[in-house]
Amino acid sequence: MAWFKRESGELDTSGEKKVRTEGLWVKCESCRQIIWKKDLEDNMNVCPKCDKHFRIDARTRLAQLLDDNQYETFDGNISSTDPLKFVDLMPYSSRLKQAQKDTGLKDAIINSQGKLLGRPVVASVMEYAFIGGSMGAVVGEAITRAVERAADTRMPLIIVSASGGARMMEGVISLMQLAKISAALARLDEAKVPFISLLTDPTTGGVTASFAMLGDLNIAEPGALIGFAGPRVIEQTIRQKLPEGFQRSEFLLKHGMLDAVVPRLEMKAYISTALKFFVD
Amino acid sequence: MDSDANVAVPVEEAAEAHPAWRRVQLARHPKRPHSLDYIQRLVTDFQEIHGDRNFGDDPAIVAGLGQFEGRAVMWVAEQKGRDTKQKLYRNFGMPKPEGYRKALRAMQLAAKFGRPIITLLDTPGAYPGIDAEERGQAEAIARNLREMARLPVPVVVVCIGEGGSGGALALGVGNTVLMLENAVYSVISPESCASIIYRDSGKAEQAAAALRLAAEDLLSLGLIDGIVPEPPGGAQEDPAAAAEFLRGHLVLRLDELAGMSGDQLVNHRYAKFRKMGNFFA
Repeated sequence: MAWFKRESGELDTSGEKKVRTEGLWVKCESCRQIIWKKDLEDNMNVCPKCDKHFRIDARTRLAQLLDDNQYETFDGNISSTDPLKFVDLMPYSSRLKQAQKDTGLKDAIINSQGKLLGRPVVASVMEYAFIGGSMGAVVGEAITRAVERAADTRMPLIIVSASGGARMMEGVISLMQLAKISAALARLDEAKVPFISLLTDPTTGGVTASFAMLGDLNIAEPGALIGFAGPRVIEQTIRQKLPEGFQRSEFLLKHGMLDAVVPRLEMKAYISTALKFFVD
Repeated sequence: MDSDANVAVPVEEAAEAHPAWRRVQLARHPKRPHSLDYIQRLVTDFQEIHGDRNFGDDPAIVAGLGQFEGRAVMWVAEQKGRDTKQKLYRNFGMPKPEGYRKALRAMQLAAKFGRPIITLLDTPGAYPGIDAEERGQAEAIARNLREMARLPVPVVVVCIGEGGSGGALALGVGNTVLMLENAVYSVISPESCASIIYRDSGKAEQAAAALRLAAEDLLSLGLIDGIVPEPPGGAQEDPAAAAEFLRGHLVLRLDELAGMSGDQLVNHRYAKFRKMGNFFA
């Protein structure tokens, strides 16, 4: 029998250690291995040990998808009017300012035009770090403009989703963005310009229930949470625990909602090959 | 479910403190007319059609052919139940993917034969359950949004009670969108909103006010085209009168759209939704 025993489970070492190693090392939240941060970055922020796909910001995504990290951005000047003057624990206007400061973006989206393995494309990428990638009037307008740009220029459209859904703080205005973007996608569909929807962790709510599910191809990164209702809402409704892997990419693939689950390291080549089929 | 508990609070008492909350309670009132109550009063030769030709038939959505004031109209409506048995049968008015797919099938059938469509919205939201997710709730809603946008026939939408987020909007892409005076239309239920922002679903009254979900709010935000008045005290006080008000507005709105070609209707609908949402540029 031991003289001493640990009473409160495992030691929490995650926070402290990061500080001591000055951010050179990160712990994989999936396999709990310690990874040298540069190794992780060289591997497109995919854990080299267990293939866990870490969340990445919109700029990193663009750098991974578009040739030589070269692209033009558009529609970055539009910003929210806080139409409802919404206040929760803090005013929405302060939340916006904080998010703008943290991300350097006006809202949760970057519209861009660049080349993907030599082919010009319009890429619209959501920024999850900006109020959970939520979609209000600005994100709705920006994505609609990206769709229209693709239709006008006949450049293929790629939308990368990472979002909790519609932005509550803009109320029903946010909801109407689903209809606005979907209507624009109907036109793009008629113009026969390809649209690849890439769903990343997490994509839920009104974003899934509109453009993210309307691609000519809907593809997702491995292990991404994708759904209409959030897991907590479902658990509250049915009052039982959800099965392992529920609403993950592989679950959606199995149920016929995705064309493919594509690892990040193969993403660019996958999209390029698909676009070749549609366009050339 | 939640709504039943809330209705127990005396309407007048809550109303004084929170006018928006009164609307929520009226919109969920246990005696408020549901879709079939209006359809029975307004439509002749109604023939309900069933099934999505794929998985099943969803009783939370009613679709059917009918004659309305001299016109053949396709009706597509979300349906709540009145008593416990009916509520369970209608799944509390929360449609599943097969419901949205049935709705789309009905609307495309109308388009094929050049018939106008009237949809009635009344749902707490699309059903959030395991089976709904497995069968692609999000995909079903998304597809409806895109396909409704290009229906080459007049589409008139009326929110008659609860406009529960994407679950309502999936039948809501119309040339004309109306709300009954005491209906509400929201991106999230006040209870869910309160549990997110105040960590307390009991503060739904405050959330209701913050969300601007009443008919006048949507009208002033430019998101709907008109408000259909209800009898004094709300539609539940005189369902027949409420149906007559609705009849008048529907005739007017269908007349407005009657002269437009398919392309004009599609462009009109596009232009309407395209301008929704203000921003600083």
